[in-house]
Amino acid sequence: MKECYLGIDIGSISTKAVIINKSYQILSSCYIETKGNPIVAVKEALQLVSIPPEYQLRGIGTTGSARKLIGLLLNANVVKNEITAHAVGTLTYHPDVKTILEIGGQDSKVICIRNRMIHDYAMNTLCAAGTGSFLSSQAKRLGVDVKDFGNIALKSTNPTNIAARCTVFAESDLVHKAQIGYPKEDIIAGLCKSVVLNYLNNVCKGKRLESPIIFQGGVSKNVGVHKYFEEILKEKVLVDDNGHLMGALGVAILSSKVPNPRNYTLDFQNIEFKTIGEECKGCSNRCELVRIYRDRELLDTWGSKCGKY
Amino acid sequence: MNKISYPQLGSYGVPIYYLLTHVLRNEIIKPKEITKKTMELGSKYSPDFVCTPFKYTLGTMIESLDMGADILIQMGGGCRYGYYHELQEQILKDLGYHFQLINLINGGNHISIRKLFKEYPIELKKRGFLKYLYTTKKMVIYMDKIDHYIRSHRCYEKEKGAFNKLREEMLLKMSEAKGPIHLYHIYKTYLKRMKNVPLRETTKRIRVGLIGELYTLMEPKANEEIEELLNSYGFEVKRYTDVTYLLFQKKRKVKQYLKNFFIKYRMGADALDNIHHTKELCEDEYDGIIHIKSSFCTPEIAAMPIIESTAQQYGVPVLFFSMDMNTSETGFLTRIEAFCDMLEMRKQ
Repeated sequence: MKECYLGIDIGSISTKAVIINKSYQILSSCYIETKGNPIVAVKEALQLVSIPPEYQLRGIGTTGSARKLIGLLLNANVVKNEITAHAVGTLTYHPDVKTILEIGGQDSKVICIRNRMIHDYAMNTLCAAGTGSFLSSQAKRLGVDVKDFGNIALKSTNPTNIAARCTVFAESDLVHKAQIGYPKEDIIAGLCKSVVLNYLNNVCKGKRLESPIIFQGGVSKNVGVHKYFEEILKEKVLVDDNGHLMGALGVAILSSKVPNPRNYTLDFQNIEFKTIGEECKGCSNRCELVRIYRDRELLDTWGSKCGKY
Repeated sequence: MNKISYPQLGSYGVPIYYLLTHVLRNEIIKPKEITKKTMELGSKYSPDFVCTPFKYTLGTMIESLDMGADILIQMGGGCRYGYYHELQEQILKDLGYHFQLINLINGGNHISIRKLFKEYPIELKKRGFLKYLYTTKKMVIYMDKIDHYIRSHRCYEKEKGAFNKLREEMLLKMSEAKGPIHLYHIYKTYLKRMKNVPLRETTKRIRVGLIGELYTLMEPKANEEIEELLNSYGFEVKRYTDVTYLLFQKKRKVKQYLKNFFIKYRMGADALDNIHHTKELCEDEYDGIIHIKSSFCTPEIAAMPIIESTAQQYGVPVLFFSMDMNTSETGFLTRIEAFCDMLEMRKQ
């Protein structure tokens, strides 16, 4: 029996699952929307990926904003943050990369790599301006599908300037530009450009972006944003076809390196999971307790500051 | 008789309570531990863009006043914190509380003791003032020494919580100390016991330096207990800022720093110290530096670019945190986790 490993990246907008073998080749993968319910999304994703019959699952890794919850439910042997996962995944497939630009649904980060390891990183702290959710909400406002966003942006020769310091103000600026009659493609191109500028000014502040540069995360599928990155950085920016899967690939690789693995099965579908929120009344801290049940059996309680639970 | 209370800062409540109860006849009210309610009270009545120490101390003051205190103690600092006592006094008086506020340090200078007793309704006990003042000073110094030891050894403890348990025991014993000699014995016993705590063997040590704004560094509730968190990842932690440093060493050290270092001016509060400490940590080959400040802390904001470029010259990564009531714990943990992973990878 050959060995294979499952990596799941549960992000704010999309859930990615991937199964790899020992030599890190992708056997099966899927990409679906989270829609605010990670448990349902993971159940759906696990139906979409399939383990070939000659393989045995020997490790599960989770990453992304719901990594802790899903890691607990699936009994994963690796639960890692997105930054490490992305770096590990990228370095496996592109060992020479020196800078990773990553723009996801809710956060954006830059990872600087020297000597094939993370040297420095930064993540957006205060605001979600210039992330995937910003682009998708603006697409909705303009009545365009996000997937066409990039191609429409490429048509423009004269992108408008959109103030992108803050999501809310960018939106009002966009409305203003639309109101004075700018063509749609110029506004969309302006949006893509403002995402790039905002990202470079806020997240990459003080970081040296050395080439080769690779661009990942959901937004990397947007050719408009990609074009403006190359234009503004004056460097070639790589985009991997599997760029959106890198986080999932990274944790799958990490889980393959765990010593003493055990066999896993994916009997996740029929089990009922429930999360119940509760306020602890022990002291005036009033911690918000989160209890997680599997078929009425209490798995874990999170959120207490004093360590009572 | 008037009742006295003071703001909460880490475990320093122990020596302050010790001093006040031994020296004064007044009743002393121990402030409550900082909880979510404290923070909510503090933020509710504070200006929005004021830094977090203001909000924490204001919250504690309101809780103390509700418990019946009518004399409050506050300490100004070398930044805009120096003006905070006046603003806090005004806010609390507007809320309808009747009390007096004593500001012990004004613009970096201590208030004179004679003035203190003349102007405020506090009564001194007849005997032992100097003895207990000295004991308190020693208590602070011993506590800081023990904490220094804990920060660099807790990460290797075999039995989880062994150091914390000893520390709590020690604080309890110290609060019952009879005098400086008794205190010294307590310190020695516990230092010995701590040195006997079984430790794991390790081949690679990862050391992290903590710098930043003083209140957020010293109050574990304000920094999400970052020291314990780093220790639990197996990292040694070094922190320069503690009360010993601020009260008894800072003046002398800053003079030295101004002499030997490329910075010629003071930048307010601890900005200059932090820049110098960055350089020291880099030269000591620390693996990483974490800079914590409360949001809107002006001196630290001014120091941040200099800290970053200094550390860059040595190739040491720096992680910056701005703590606020609204800091999301998840975001904080993700960043710290990634930083720790990075340090581990760099070490290999």
